[in-house]
Amino acid sequence: MPRAFSRSLREVAFFFGITFFVILAAFPFYWMVITAFKPNSDLYDVTNVPFWFNEPPTLEHLTYLFKETLFARWLLNSLMIGVCVTMITLVTAVPAGYSLARMTSRKGEALGIAIFLTYLVPPTLLFLPLSRIIAELGLQNSMWSLVLVYPTFTIPFCSWLLMGFFKALPPEIEEAAIVDGCSLFGAFIKMAIPLSLPAILTVVIFTFTLTLQEFVYALTFVSSSSQKPVTLGVSTDLIRGDVFFWGEIMAGALIAAVPVAVAYNLFLDRFISGITGGAIK
Amino acid sequence: MAAVLTRDIVKTFGEITAVNGISLTVPDAEFMVLLGPSGCGKTTFLRIICGLDQQTSGDLLIGGRIVNDIPPRARGVAMMFQSYGLYPHYTVRNNIAFPLRTQRLPRDEIEKKVQWASQLLGIGHLLDRRPRQLSGGERQRVALARALVREPTALLLDEPLSNLDAKLRTSARQEIKNFQQRVGLTTIYVTHDQVEAMGMGDRIAVIDHGRVRQVGTPKEIYDDPADLFVATFVGAPPMNIVTHNGGGYLGFRPENFLPTDMIENGAATEFSFRVDRSEYLGSERIVYGVMDGFDSKQPITAKLPPAHVAAERIRPGEWHPFAVKNSALRHFDKNGNRTSRH
Repeated sequence: MPRAFSRSLREVAFFFGITFFVILAAFPFYWMVITAFKPNSDLYDVTNVPFWFNEPPTLEHLTYLFKETLFARWLLNSLMIGVCVTMITLVTAVPAGYSLARMTSRKGEALGIAIFLTYLVPPTLLFLPLSRIIAELGLQNSMWSLVLVYPTFTIPFCSWLLMGFFKALPPEIEEAAIVDGCSLFGAFIKMAIPLSLPAILTVVIFTFTLTLQEFVYALTFVSSSSQKPVTLGVSTDLIRGDVFFWGEIMAGALIAAVPVAVAYNLFLDRFISGITGGAIK
Repeated sequence: MAAVLTRDIVKTFGEITAVNGISLTVPDAEFMVLLGPSGCGKTTFLRIICGLDQQTSGDLLIGGRIVNDIPPRARGVAMMFQSYGLYPHYTVRNNIAFPLRTQRLPRDEIEKKVQWASQLLGIGHLLDRRPRQLSGGERQRVALARALVREPTALLLDEPLSNLDAKLRTSARQEIKNFQQRVGLTTIYVTHDQVEAMGMGDRIAVIDHGRVRQVGTPKEIYDDPADLFVATFVGAPPMNIVTHNGGGYLGFRPENFLPTDMIENGAATEFSFRVDRSEYLGSERIVYGVMDGFDSKQPITAKLPPAHVAAERIRPGEWHPFAVKNSALRHFDKNGNRTSRH
C-alpha cells in the first residue's frame, strides 16, 4: 500500500512541522510562566533543572510586583495611553481612509502611498525632532507626551489599512443611501462604518497592541516611575544596576501579555478578514 | 408637464467630455430608454439627473423645478443601481423603510407604506430576511420596492437586468414593464441591450459619444434611423450599409433583402448578390455575401424565412438576383445623416 504509506508519511511530517512551530512560539510564554512562579532559591541554583519547578511554586514575585513597585500604576498608564491613542487614531484614520478610498483621481492613490511611506520612517530618527516638540509643549516626563507621539505611527498605517478596506466596499451602497435621502456624511455614518466594522476592529487591536509594546519613545520621553507605561516600568525599574528581578520581570510581562493574547484569539477571524479585506472580495 | 427635462447638459472629466450637450424631455408616466454602447455617457447622464454627479453646464428640471444645485436627497427621484445597492446590514423591511426614515415620517405611516410596496411586488414574505439570503430576482424586487416606496417623481434604472441570467432576464423585463404601467411611474432606463430597449421603451434615446443621436418610438428608431450610427447599432444583424452615388450611403434591413421572386408587390430595386456563407438559426436563415457594384465595410446580410427559400436560391459561390422594396431603402448623405423619408 504505497499510497497509504505516503499519506501517513505526509501526516507525520505535518505533525512534526506543527510541533516545531508550536514549541517555537509557546516556549517563551512557558519560560515566563515558570519563572514568574519559581522562588529565587530555585531560580539562582545552577544545579537545578531549569525547565521545571524544583521547589514548590510561590506567589512572592507577584506580591512584590503589586505591593513594592508601581506595577499597577504602569498597567493603568498603559491602558490610559492605549485607549486615548486608539480613540485619536479611529477619529482620524477612519475618515482619512474613507476619503482616500473615494478620491477617484490619481492624486488619492499618490496621497495614500505618501501616507504609508511616513510609517516607514524609523522612530529612532524621529525622536530627536519630536523631543523638541514635546519640550516646547511642556510635556516632557509625562505619559501624555506618548499620547501625542504614538498617533504619528498608528494613524498612517491605519489610514492605509482602512483605505484598502473601504475601496473594496461597493460605492453603490453609499450612493443609494445618498439618493434615498442621506447627506454624504450620513451615508458614511450609516453605511460605510457599519459595513467596515471588521476593519475598524482590526485597527483597534492593532493600535492598542502597538502602543502597549512600544519602547523607544517611552524610554526617551518619560523618566519618572509614576508616568511610565508597563513596558518601560518593568524593564527599567526592575533592573537595578546589574541586579535583575527575574521573577518580577517575568510576572509583569506575563500580566501585560495575557489580555492581548486573549483579544487576538477572540477576534482572530475578523482580524484576518480585516487585514486581507482589500485583497479578496 | 414634463417629469424630467434637461437643457444642453454637458459633463467633462478633465480632458474627457462624457456628456456633450444632451437636451431631453421625458413626459409624465413615460418609459424612456437611454440606449448606447458602453462608455457613451448614458450612465453619467443618469447620475447627473439623480445628483450623484454635477453637470459642468446646462439645466436640469425635475417636476418643473430647476434642481441644478439641489442635493440628491431633495430631488424626489429614486435610483436603482446595476448591482441594486441594497444595504447588506439591514433586513428587507429596513431596506425598504430607509428612504422613508430619512424623511422622518411617523412610524405607523412607514409601516403602512412598506406593506403597500412589498405587497405590490410580492415580497411580503421576505421582509425579515437579509439581502444575501435572497435570489437575484428577489433582490431586484426589493430594490424596486425601495425605489418605489416614497413615490418618486421619476425612477432611474441603471442596467438593472445585467446581473441576471438570460432566462431570468426575460421575465424580469416583463415584470418591470408591467409594474411601470400599473403604477404609471415616469421611468428612465439605461441599457446597452437593444432587445431591452425595443421591448420596454415607450421611446428610446440612442446615445453615442455623449450626444443624443435620435429620440423616437422603437418603431421610428428601427425603421427610420436618423444616421448611420443608429442604423448599425440597432437591429441584429444591423442594417446593411453600402456606398452609393459618390459620397452617399444606401441602407436596408437584412429582412428586407430578399430573392427577387419573393418580393410581392410595389416597386423594388434589384441587386446581384453573391452568397458566401449561410447560417441556419431555426426560425431564420442568415445569409452573408457581397453585392455586385457596391462597396461596404461589413458583409451584406440577408435574413430569410428558412421554410420559403429553396436551396438553389442561396447556393454559396454563385450570383443570385436579390431585391429590396423601394419603400424599405434608406438614404444617407456623406456625413452619415439621413436624407430621405419614405
